[in-house]
Amino acid sequence: MTASAIIFYIISAFILGTGVFAMTTRKIFRSAIWLLFSLIGIAALYFWLQVEFIAAVQIVVYVGGIVVLIIFSIFLTQQSGREMPKQSVKRTLASALAVLFGFVLTFLQIWKYNFQPTTKTFDWTVAKIGSRMLSTTENGYALPFEVVSMLLLAAMIGCIVIAMRPSAPTNGKVKEKDLEEIKEDTRTIVTPFNEKSEISEIQQIPSRGDVEEAL
Amino acid sequence: MLMAIELILNSVNINFVVFNKYLYPEKLDGIFFVIFIITIAAAEAAVAIAIIINLYRSHRSIDVEKASEMKY
Repeated sequence: MTASAIIFYIISAFILGTGVFAMTTRKIFRSAIWLLFSLIGIAALYFWLQVEFIAAVQIVVYVGGIVVLIIFSIFLTQQSGREMPKQSVKRTLASALAVLFGFVLTFLQIWKYNFQPTTKTFDWTVAKIGSRMLSTTENGYALPFEVVSMLLLAAMIGCIVIAMRPSAPTNGKVKEKDLEEIKEDTRTIVTPFNEKSEISEIQQIPSRGDVEEAL
Repeated sequence: MLMAIELILNSVNINFVVFNKYLYPEKLDGIFFVIFIITIAAAEAAVAIAIIINLYRSHRSIDVEKASEMKY
């Protein structure tokens, strides 16, 4: 066994162990920290595979973005020290069966397939990825790139709309106090813009008589 | 929560990169799939966390099984 293989086994054992801990611990904040370690281990595996670009993306997006977001939302929504309730036996059994069947299925597929090792070297560069990403030829990825950019825009707007403080309480019961607050808010927001909105209406209508009437 | 989804997506990503590297080294499709999966996972996590925070605001709890009532 070479040193490279030993490093691979250490990294994968680290990923698997921290992943299992992340799913089995009953404190949600510890779960997030184990997830962080698992994602760092996956980035290490990408470094081991010598795809440094993907490793950098992994660290920037997952470790720097998603885990921080998860930890923030845990702090915002609940006490991090409290233990989660235990799962029922039926549910544990069902998930264990699902894991078993999935494992057997993939194992049989890998067992049956005859992998042919290639002698070619894996050459990727960021320049190659970029030119393929924006090319519109047969093997180009311009269309998925655009679709993903639209998806990101939609997700951004959706997040803002969902997480915005609602103008009325969402559970359907409108309290008097909230209504008063909303009225005051709308008054303060709407009143300064009245003059401007009239001006924009005038600009939209081209006919001269309307403008004179409005003036 | 959605940490399990993140782990599953990451395992899929590892599979894509490894198969790309060792079976089809002359192509780059696995790397593209990984990039798109990471993008979509980030968008999905952001939307899910926005929904969770909104759910906590209206129900004071993020337990999905307690949030059984609908708007209408």
